[in-house]
Amino acid sequence: MSGPGRSAAPTLALVNVSKSFGAVRALQDVTLELHAGEVHALAGENGAGKSTVVKTFAGVHRPDAGEVRVDGRPAVFGGPADAQAAGVAVIYQEPTLFPDLSVAENIFMGRQPRTGLGRIDRRAMHAETARLFERLGVALDPQQPARGLSIADQQVVEIAKAISRDARVLIMDEPTAALTGQEVARLFAVTRTLQEHGCAILFISHRLEEIFELCQRVTTLRDGTYIGTDAVADLTPDDLVRRMVGRDLDALYPKQDVAPGEVALKVSRLTREGAFTDISFEVRRGEIVALAGLVGAGRSEVARAIFGVDRWDAGDVEVDGRALPAGSPTAAMSAGIALVPEDRRQQGLVMDMSIERNMGLTQLRSLRRATGRAGLISRKVERDRAADWALRLQLKYARLSDTVGVLSGGNQQKVVLAKWLATEPTVLIVDEPTRGIDVGTKAEVHRLLSELAAQDLAVLMISSDLPEVIGMADRVLVMHEGRLTAEIPRADATEESVMAAATGRAGTGKAA
Amino acid sequence: MTVLAESPARPGEGGPPGGGRRLVEVVLRARELSILGALVVLVVATTIANPRFLSGQGVKDIFLNASILALLAVGQTMVVVTRNIDLSVGSVVGLVAFCAGKFASSGDRNVLLVALVGVGIGLACGLVNGLLVSFCRVPALVVTLGTLYVIQGLDHYIAHGEQIGAADLPSSVLSLGNDGVLGVPYLPIITVVVMLMIGYYLRSYSSGREFYAIGSSPEAARLAGVSIRRRVLTAYLVSGALAGLAGVLWLARFGTVVADAAHGWELKVVSAVVVGGVAITGGVGTVYGAALGALLLTTIGSVLVVLKVNSFWQDAITGILLLLAISVDRLLALRVTKALRQRSLSTGAQRRRRGGGRPRNGGPADAGPRDAEDAAGKPAADKPAAGPSAGASAAEAPKGKVAHDS
Repeated sequence: MSGPGRSAAPTLALVNVSKSFGAVRALQDVTLELHAGEVHALAGENGAGKSTVVKTFAGVHRPDAGEVRVDGRPAVFGGPADAQAAGVAVIYQEPTLFPDLSVAENIFMGRQPRTGLGRIDRRAMHAETARLFERLGVALDPQQPARGLSIADQQVVEIAKAISRDARVLIMDEPTAALTGQEVARLFAVTRTLQEHGCAILFISHRLEEIFELCQRVTTLRDGTYIGTDAVADLTPDDLVRRMVGRDLDALYPKQDVAPGEVALKVSRLTREGAFTDISFEVRRGEIVALAGLVGAGRSEVARAIFGVDRWDAGDVEVDGRALPAGSPTAAMSAGIALVPEDRRQQGLVMDMSIERNMGLTQLRSLRRATGRAGLISRKVERDRAADWALRLQLKYARLSDTVGVLSGGNQQKVVLAKWLATEPTVLIVDEPTRGIDVGTKAEVHRLLSELAAQDLAVLMISSDLPEVIGMADRVLVMHEGRLTAEIPRADATEESVMAAATGRAGTGKAA
Repeated sequence: MTVLAESPARPGEGGPPGGGRRLVEVVLRARELSILGALVVLVVATTIANPRFLSGQGVKDIFLNASILALLAVGQTMVVVTRNIDLSVGSVVGLVAFCAGKFASSGDRNVLLVALVGVGIGLACGLVNGLLVSFCRVPALVVTLGTLYVIQGLDHYIAHGEQIGAADLPSSVLSLGNDGVLGVPYLPIITVVVMLMIGYYLRSYSSGREFYAIGSSPEAARLAGVSIRRRVLTAYLVSGALAGLAGVLWLARFGTVVADAAHGWELKVVSAVVVGGVAITGGVGTVYGAALGALLLTTIGSVLVVLKVNSFWQDAITGILLLLAISVDRLLALRVTKALRQRSLSTGAQRRRRGGGRPRNGGPADAGPRDAEDAAGKPAADKPAAGPSAGASAAEAPKGKVAHDS
């Protein structure tokens, strides 16, 4: 590749940038320089702050400290329009198109070619779009609506948009996540052409081999902090993984050793088209089984299918030897499955409702029975139960009638746990149980999960937090692109072996 | 639906495939054409039942009545296209009709001045709605429901039980409602001119397209740097101004105005807009369709009178039409999405077969790696369903979400 002009100032740069969202530190003192004619990779685990970097470059977020520099000069991006004016084009993980408008309009929104009277020159716009597609080597009709385009084609439209804008910086946030091998090759070819034309490119991908194939330098982030920038040629994939993971395991994860009981949850050849394929595993009583993998590998989708939120297309789920019907959360609940979902604000809690009511939501039927008065719910029983659970989980709260929204993230998570534990489940599925929770509460959640397993509960834990996976789990199942790629027993589980299986570099972990 | 079934198979040789565009255009035109068709059937059937229906006066009445509704529908379209709604228009018409009447009867006022006053009041109402919705981020449904009552209350307070009589009005105002050019009354002329202007603006100007962009995907619009607040505010200003103009026309047409003129019209207007093919979830629809919707609803009203059907049925029929329109929209949207997705799949496969879909006349220099990939025989059916189906569901998602919001 042509050597980037290091002597010149970087086209776009973040210098010592910090950004917090509430109490969460998303970025801390991050420096990242994008040079013309260079493809720069940004690597890091889920939650390392990559998307925040993208949004800072895009003008969506403004840094709390530090600055954004364009051509070496400090710049303030008040919004996406400012970033665009500076020549920055962003392709988000999920393409952001207008489904109802034509492909050409999507590309030229706000900058349509005009005639003398200021009206849109549609013919010129369509011709220009056709030229762009020809240059990119794709056969898309400029006048067809964006609705119904495949993800790959949507990305082509986004790239065409960037080119038509003469973007000097192209930022691609996991553009290959939903592409087939062939589509990835097409994307790379286009990327290289742009690079040769002197574009500065930031490339984010979880697939390490793509970073090594396409990029010249790589910057690594971990937990929002800057780890370093290296020439890709000087690194091996294992070096990079170590940089991304790079933590020492500490004693935060006190999983007690429990002799596993009988099989509580048995999943056989479960398949949901477009989400996951041929998933089989068992979880025994007293066991904590982690389901690891990268975001988008299909882990949450498996959990949702088991719980009946989504239907599955093929396969079986058995709880205590009894088969579950597909697509019925009610049946799953009465069979003894509880699901603590990934996003507690959206899926786990009713944020405007009180602590006690949130806890009572899963037990409305038994609350009703407890009163004896036809169909009415007893506030007192509800409150007593809530107080009982709050005590057992050491919930920190002022009044049970306070809305859940005032609690900290960790305490909110405890309310979700209480809500589901009160259903007396045999199988507890927790999806990212400690995301966005401070270290202290995290340890409490871990202790709690461990105790629950010791009390004969079968726990399936989905987590992107590798130390948590390795510290807590009796067995680690790893998913990659909708398939189970490895089953690693506790003794063999290391961050490297899990990460290797999760990024599709098979062979390190023992196949299931 | 044969069009849908056949278009995927259409070979895209020698140029980009055009099936998708054609399909969507057919569907969009179909809405306007089907309303026209329904109108023709309605008029013919009624004329057979009662030949006097097509008399000059009957037709003129329909157009006069439809003019005001259509004018409001045109303004409402701008708001609905941005994924908002303006429920206050009925109250604005009432307020303006009364205030403009009061103003006109206080001296021999020029009709243009009266119209200006009316539009000014309408603009003020639109400004309040627009500021609350776009800058204070209060949901449009709540804001305009609130202003509906506030403006109605204001109207009653100002009217104080009085009414405006035709005798008090200057002749120039009355002539606006009753005279015309070459036998064509002023009212429909005004509406048609306004409709054409706004329709042209929305279609042919960059800022006009942004209204559709906002309604189609607010998030994408934000990321594309569209000034959402300004456009939404503009939509409410236009809707308010046109409601003001409609109030003046109301005064001119009826002469006699009581405080609750146009009471309940907001729902009529929204019905006309939806029947006219403007998606209540934004991003789709034209002012022409909305105006045709208004004409259809008005005609149905007149037909029922001619056929001596109890006028209570009119509301029920409007409701049925509304449900029909929304169901058909939903069904068509699903069909179109499915067809487009299949088309995208099949042209994708075609593209792969033809070696990466490069145009015949020589590909770009960068085609190397891709061709190498093709030659290596990486099967195109690697993961056949994942990409396209995920794409379609992503495209579907925002719509579904909004259906709940609004």
